[in-house]
Amino acid sequence: MTPDATRTVTRSLTPAVGSALEVRGITKAFPGVVANDAVSIAFHRGEVHCVLGENGAGKSTLLHILAGMQRPDSGSILVGGERVSLDSPHAAIALGIGAVYQHPWSIPALTVLENMMLGEGKGLRLDPKSAAEALARFGSMLGVEFDPGAEIGRLALGRRQQMEIAKALWSGSTVLMLDEPTAMLTPQGAEELARVLVRLARRGLAIVFVTHKLHEALEVGDRITVLRRGRVTGAWGPDEIAAAGRETMRRRIVEAMFGGGVAPEVQIGRSAHPGLRGRRADAHDRPALELDRLCVEPRRGEVGVRDVTLTVWPGEIVGVAGVDGNGQRELAEAVAGQRSVSSGEIRVGGICVTGDDVSGRMRRGLRYVTDDRIGEGTVPSLSVALNLILKRIGEKPYWRHGRADEKLIEENARELVERFDIRTPGVGARCGTLSGGNLQKVVLARELSSGPAVVVYSKPTHGLDARTTMTVRDRITALAEEGAASLLISSDLDEILDLSHRIAVIFGGRLTGIVDNVPGAEREVGDLMVGGSAR
Amino acid sequence: MKGIVRVGGPILLALLAGGVLLVALGRDPFSFYADILSRGLLDPSGVQDTLVRMAPLLLMASGLIIAFRANIWNIGGDGQFLLAAAAVAGLGPWLIGVLPNVLAFLILGLIGATVGAAWTLVPAYLKANFGVNEIVTSLMFTFVGVNLGNLLIKGPFRSTKTLVPHTDVIPFRELLPKIPGTRIHVGLLLALLAILIVHYTMTRTSFGLRLRILGSSPRAAAHIGLHTARLTMISFALSGAFMGLAAAVEILGVWGYMRADWNPGFGLPLFALVFLARLDAVGVIPLVGFYGVISMGGHYAARRADLPDDFMLVIVGMILLFMALAEYFASRGDERPSLAGGLRAALRRGSGRG
Amino acid sequence: MGDLLTAAFVSALLSGGVMAGMPLLLASLGEAISERAGVLNIGLEGMMLAGAYAGFVAVLLTGSHWLGLGAGLAAGMAVSVLMVGLCVRLGLSQIVVGIAILLTAEGVTSVLHRAQFGTTYPRLGSMAVLQLPVLSGIPVVGASLFSQPAPVYAGLGLVVAAWWVLRSTNFGLELRAAGEKPEALDAAGVSVVRTRSLAVLCAGALAGLGGAYMSIIGAGIFVPFMTHGAGFIAIVLAMLARGRAAWVVIGSFAFGMTVSLATALQLVGVFVPIDLVNMLPFVVVLVALVIFARRAYLPSALGLPYQRGSR
Repeated sequence: MTPDATRTVTRSLTPAVGSALEVRGITKAFPGVVANDAVSIAFHRGEVHCVLGENGAGKSTLLHILAGMQRPDSGSILVGGERVSLDSPHAAIALGIGAVYQHPWSIPALTVLENMMLGEGKGLRLDPKSAAEALARFGSMLGVEFDPGAEIGRLALGRRQQMEIAKALWSGSTVLMLDEPTAMLTPQGAEELARVLVRLARRGLAIVFVTHKLHEALEVGDRITVLRRGRVTGAWGPDEIAAAGRETMRRRIVEAMFGGGVAPEVQIGRSAHPGLRGRRADAHDRPALELDRLCVEPRRGEVGVRDVTLTVWPGEIVGVAGVDGNGQRELAEAVAGQRSVSSGEIRVGGICVTGDDVSGRMRRGLRYVTDDRIGEGTVPSLSVALNLILKRIGEKPYWRHGRADEKLIEENARELVERFDIRTPGVGARCGTLSGGNLQKVVLARELSSGPAVVVYSKPTHGLDARTTMTVRDRITALAEEGAASLLISSDLDEILDLSHRIAVIFGGRLTGIVDNVPGAEREVGDLMVGGSAR
Repeated sequence: MKGIVRVGGPILLALLAGGVLLVALGRDPFSFYADILSRGLLDPSGVQDTLVRMAPLLLMASGLIIAFRANIWNIGGDGQFLLAAAAVAGLGPWLIGVLPNVLAFLILGLIGATVGAAWTLVPAYLKANFGVNEIVTSLMFTFVGVNLGNLLIKGPFRSTKTLVPHTDVIPFRELLPKIPGTRIHVGLLLALLAILIVHYTMTRTSFGLRLRILGSSPRAAAHIGLHTARLTMISFALSGAFMGLAAAVEILGVWGYMRADWNPGFGLPLFALVFLARLDAVGVIPLVGFYGVISMGGHYAARRADLPDDFMLVIVGMILLFMALAEYFASRGDERPSLAGGLRAALRRGSGRG
Repeated sequence: MGDLLTAAFVSALLSGGVMAGMPLLLASLGEAISERAGVLNIGLEGMMLAGAYAGFVAVLLTGSHWLGLGAGLAAGMAVSVLMVGLCVRLGLSQIVVGIAILLTAEGVTSVLHRAQFGTTYPRLGSMAVLQLPVLSGIPVVGASLFSQPAPVYAGLGLVVAAWWVLRSTNFGLELRAAGEKPEALDAAGVSVVRTRSLAVLCAGALAGLGGAYMSIIGAGIFVPFMTHGAGFIAIVLAMLARGRAAWVVIGSFAFGMTVSLATALQLVGVFVPIDLVNMLPFVVVLVALVIFARRAYLPSALGLPYQRGSR
């Protein structure tokens, strides 16, 4: 992201007026968890205020409350110094609070113009003219040109997000809140966004930037507040940040985010596996996984896979980096056997498996850790025990003549729960009651427990807290050291840089390049992610 | 306890609402309900009628459960039932005349089941391979099936012995044997067996597990590598087979013939009962019993109160309404996956998406 | 077979088609609006029946056909309030409530009819026909298509109005958003519940109107269960039309013609078994479904209740 220079410029414009938006003592609890615990933060105009915290710290909940999507259990919200009640998004918008959520909310089937007009109408008839005019106006402010007639679903995620920012600005926002906005962007896109936000802050907006990435906060935040387990554990204003210097700030922030006890390297987003980077696996006689000119037909709204050729050797982790929506899902499902290929071949251990179904490929040692834990990787209504042998229904010894041997299933489950440290009230508990981290452990336990030869991972640590993230990454590395070949498909560049030996970049369904994971790889990968060609 | 409240509550409220309507129509609700109870449950002859009525209902319920659990909304049960009934009623007299009864019954049962299953083939195929919404296709097939059945009865299967269009009548003594000392035919035993088999299959076997996964999480089903298309067609066909079997049992056990334009319309109320039982095969038995009581008792009570039978439709409709309300209050963190969720998903499908 | 296309046959087919098609047109228009917003009305048939009965009784009591149609509209809307309350506001299953509404409406209308009229079936006087000036003079077609009771033209006018609303108003856009992605509508500050409620009320009103048309103008009497699947056909038509008004019109009248085929055939002396003719509309629908369904586009959020901030 941008160097510190821009930050100093913004700092000098700290306004003398009171806060634009303020929360005092906000508390919000859900069954089993207190998402926000007496949170008090003040957001000022002309500043980029970063709200930092790891996954599950309560940042999104706070943002939803400020956007009028949720009501706090207690506490007060003040806009321009006056107490208000945000009981609906309409109320928030009327007060000038605009929100850009983590997942694009805009409607894929509608055009840019239609999405822009939604909710803005005064009176009966639609007013496309003023919407188009606003699009142009805010577009130039953001440095972007919009095509009003384009279907939003076809736009790149970054462009879609920009449209949502434009709409938030048109709503007359004095406060602009963004929830993890760089999650869907390339490194260059993230930089561009940072520049835009600074520009907007200079115009007098109060920017609320919610993120879990420490380096983002350090680079762009005039003011930083840290949330941990729902509480504010650290808050620093522009003067303090300037006075402390980067290293000190980093340590303080880490302390506030994790309370000590977790190795600093994780929070930065780089794990302690320096030995992995750039190391090529020892020569083997046969590649573990080969994708040979693979093509997958895209369905509605997809890009498909176009002519992908890739080899993964035993013990190697090959990362596949790319912004979401460039064919990752199609690729993963094609390799796993959930989708048919239109041309090309897939070979596992030299044997062609293109014609095999999921079970056939499993028999060859192929495993797939899907990113959709709740919808695909587990069946929430079934017990944990059943979920742990979900891919072996009907097989001996767990089923005989179609009848289930409950004892054996439970025994197996207990052993896996122990080995993979899955927190569950019992193996008979409904899988849907488990937390995200434990669901991921269930999926891993199931896939990795029976001697895999090739594993396809899809975003294995997204949405997990730091501790579980570390555990999962360790497991992936350990498995690779035991000889498994891994294909790590993820939109989280940190994860890829952390774990991979080599990194392939997917863009528009094609591999735009494969680089070794050496220092400096990040820059090159970033270029490739936006369609540049490999050097 | 919670289960009893969740089921009993809606029923009571529905009866209450029905009572209000009765008063509005100038009838005495207490004597009406008393009539239902006395005739449906307390009177020995009435109880037997109730049990006889339960036979086809339980078989049809088995068919519904096996489909619904797999998220296959076989709304065409009535069509499958009637078409199978026409086949059984049409071919029955001849087969019984030619073969020993036991053999004839078996073959007719098979015919019924086959016709019922066959009538699901097109909706099943369209759903399995093209994602066409089965609610709509099976519903359309019901209308077609009803009319096709009528055509058969008025045409090739028509009895030459009467003016009113119906099939030849199987003499009373040739119908399904009765449980000694009663008027209840053995079809009821078959029905109870069927429902227990369905229960066992769904809860204990790998096949049942696959169907449940297909029903609660189609994406997980694909992820695991289940043969979705094949399972869909098998489940749909089994469902239709049960409908056809119900028809066979009803014709061979109770009527002995089939009249044109006859449609007992078991399907719709059964949805209510099956949902109330939350798709649990064992749990549906008492509910079907309850419906049998109000159904048989209701005919009697309605006649005595000079009301059309259709009044019972109101009661059933109300039960559904209150049951939906009860589910709203009870569904917080409940064990069984929300039925509503599965149905919603079923409606979103049918366009090859999702 | 050649004399099948006589003036009498075509005329009977067309006018019968309009007669049978109008209720379908109104009901499926309403359903299309509702489905656009993401609510599926399985109980549509119940709303039609309620409208048919209320309209019929209103005409009997007041002698005015227009009042009867209005009563039908109101009755349909009243029944749809149940959908609004239970499904849109409370988020209960749209299928279960729909079936419940259907059964209750069937039962209540049947019981009420019996209570009021016993086993007699009083007839209504028929409504005066409005002959369009030039168009009704066209040979063969003119007499059947362009001299219809005024409500036919009013109904077509409603379709045009609905088309305009869906296309060019904020409400129309909000409807689409409610059906595609209610979270987006909510985030934009518009009440999803209010939008959907209005859509469902429209559906109920139009279905009730369609039912009233059936009993007042189409048949002239009320018979319990007289809708005979029209509600479900309207649902299918709405799905196939994919929210486009023109297809709603075409589909309804095409379907109406298959229904009126029986009478038309009888007129020219061709006797086809009534069951075969009854079957025909549904077979046609099935065929249409198979051909077009693969490209059918249903709103993504159809059938899903919306709960803000649900976890």
